[in-house]
Amino acid sequence: MTVLTIHSAGPGLTVQDLGRDGWRAKGLARGGAADRLALLEAAALLGQTTPLSALEMAGMGGRFSVDAPTRFVLTGARMNASVEGRVVASNTSAVLAPGEVLDVRGAQAGSYGYLAFAGGVIGPEWLGSRSAHLLGGIGNFLNAGTIALGADPDVSAGLKRLAVADRLSGGVLRVMPGPQTELFDAAVRERFFATVFKRAAQANRQGLRLEFEGEAFTNETRDLASDFLTPGDVQMTGDGRPYVLLSECQTVGGYPRIGTVIAADLPKAAQAGAGAALRFRAISLVEADALWESEAMILARLEKAVEPLIRSPHDIANLHEYQLVDGATTGDELETE
Amino acid sequence: MSHPAITPEILPLGQDGIVVRFARAVSPEASAAVARFSEAAKALPVVEIAPALASVMLRFDPRQERRSAIEPALREILAGEWTGLSDPKPKRRWHIPVVLDGPGLTESAQMAGVTVEDAIKELTEHELRVRAIGFAPGLPYLGFLPEHWNIARQHDLTPRVESGALVVAVRQLVLFPTASKTGWRQVGRAAFRPFRPEAREPFLLQAGDAVRLEQVAKSEWQSLENTELGGAHCEELA
Repeated sequence: MTVLTIHSAGPGLTVQDLGRDGWRAKGLARGGAADRLALLEAAALLGQTTPLSALEMAGMGGRFSVDAPTRFVLTGARMNASVEGRVVASNTSAVLAPGEVLDVRGAQAGSYGYLAFAGGVIGPEWLGSRSAHLLGGIGNFLNAGTIALGADPDVSAGLKRLAVADRLSGGVLRVMPGPQTELFDAAVRERFFATVFKRAAQANRQGLRLEFEGEAFTNETRDLASDFLTPGDVQMTGDGRPYVLLSECQTVGGYPRIGTVIAADLPKAAQAGAGAALRFRAISLVEADALWESEAMILARLEKAVEPLIRSPHDIANLHEYQLVDGATTGDELETE
Repeated sequence: MSHPAITPEILPLGQDGIVVRFARAVSPEASAAVARFSEAAKALPVVEIAPALASVMLRFDPRQERRSAIEPALREILAGEWTGLSDPKPKRRWHIPVVLDGPGLTESAQMAGVTVEDAIKELTEHELRVRAIGFAPGLPYLGFLPEHWNIARQHDLTPRVESGALVVAVRQLVLFPTASKTGWRQVGRAAFRPFRPEAREPFLLQAGDAVRLEQVAKSEWQSLENTELGGAHCEELA
C-alpha cells in the first residue's frame, strides 16, 4: 500500500471509477466518472487491464504527495501541473517520488480532470465500486488528508504518452432517438437540431444546462408518467430548456427527452466548459447501434495508440550517469540460424 | 366500467436499452401490465429489467445480443392482450408502521374531499403495491389510492422533508429513504428506511411487493425508531 497525502483539494474532488451497473431497478444510477474515456486513457497509459479508481477533479486541482514512488497520469480536462518545478503534461505518465509535491492547478480547458495512479485508489468498495455517488449519499468530497493507493506494480515501466483528440471545447454531439422523441413536433425537433447552444455555468455530475437564443422547445406531454432516464438523455425541463444528463442522473424522471447523446460523444458533453458551443446532430437508431463500442474495445484501441515517451537529452540533468552505449554487437544476434 | 386501452410500444433508450411503454399516463391498468410483463421479460436475453409506472426498461449487453435479435422474442411476448389486466399476486407483503401527522395531511384530505379521520383510514386500509423504485436509491412509489386521491402536486417545492417522510400526490405515496426536496404533500412519517447503504442488503423493497401502512400512536414513535426495521416486517406469501 502507498499513502497518498492530499495537502489541499479544490471543491469537487471525488474518487471515481466506472461505477455500479445493474441497480437501476433499485433507483441507483450507474454513476462513475463523468468522462469515462479519461479513465480508459489513464488505464492505457498506466498499463491497467481495467481502469482502477482515480481522483476526479471538477475544475480545480490540488496538491498531492506519496510515501513510495508511483507512476501517475493526468487525463481529461487540461490542467497545468508540476512536480517540484518540472512541468507535467496531460496524457503523459510520470513518476512521483516521496518528498515531491505534485501541484495540479485549475482547468485551462474542460470540466473534469482525472489524477490516476498506477496502483489505483484502494479502500472500501460498495456494490463493487469505489465511486462517490453524492446523490445517493455514497462517499464524500475529499478534503486535505490521506487515502490509500495500491503500490505501483512496476514503477520502472517506461513512461508513455497518448495523443488525444480534443473533446474539451464543445462541438457536435450525435443524438439518437429516445422513448419520447416523437412527442416533440417535427418542427420543434428541426429547430433543436439547428440551434447552437452554449453550456450554462450551472452543471454538476447529474447534468449540464444549455443556454440558447430563441423560443423554448415545447412539447405535448401533459400527465406523462415518470420513466427511466439514461446518461446522455437531453431532457426538456418545464420551461422548455435542454439539460444533458450525465453519469449521476436520477434513474427516473417526468420531463420529456428529445433524444439521447450516444456514449461516444458523452465525454465531449461532460467536458464542455462554461460558455462552450454545443450542437446536436440527429442520427438514426441503426446508426447509433452500429457506433456502439464496448469499453474493453476502446481500451484495446487506446493501448495500441500509446507511445513510449522519449525525453529530450536536454531535459535530463544527470545525462552523464546514463549508460548511453552498451553491448557493441556484431549486428546479427537477432537473426535466426 | 371500460378500461383504458393498453397498447405496448417498443422504444429505444440509449445504445443498450429498450423501453416497453404500455401507456403514457399512470393508471392501475398500465401498472398491472408493467408488473405482468416484468415477469415475462425474464425469458429474454437481457441483463436488467426495471419497471417504472407505465413502462419497463430492458437493458441488453450489445457484446452478446443485438437489438434486432431481441425484438422478435419481445414482440412475441407482447402479442397478447394487455388491456384490462389486474395485478399479479404479491410474493410478499410489508407491514410498515406510520404516524400520520404530516404538515400536509389536512390540505391533502381537503383536496381528496374527505375528513382527516377518513383520510387516515383510507391511507392505511388499502393494500398498496411497490409500483416502481427510482428517483433516489431505494425510493418506492406506492399505489394506488382510490380515484379521489388523484390530487395535484404542490405548485412550489418543499425545500426539505426528512428521511422517512411519507408524501402523497396523484393516487400514490412515496416514502423518502433520505432527506429530500419534494413537490408532494407530507402526510406522515415512517421509522422504516427502504435504503440502508451500510447493510448487507441495502435495498429492502422490490417492485411488486404489497405494502400495508399501519397507523401507530405518536407515543410509539420512539420505540419504532429503536427497532432494526423501524417496526416494519415482511410477510412471505406462498
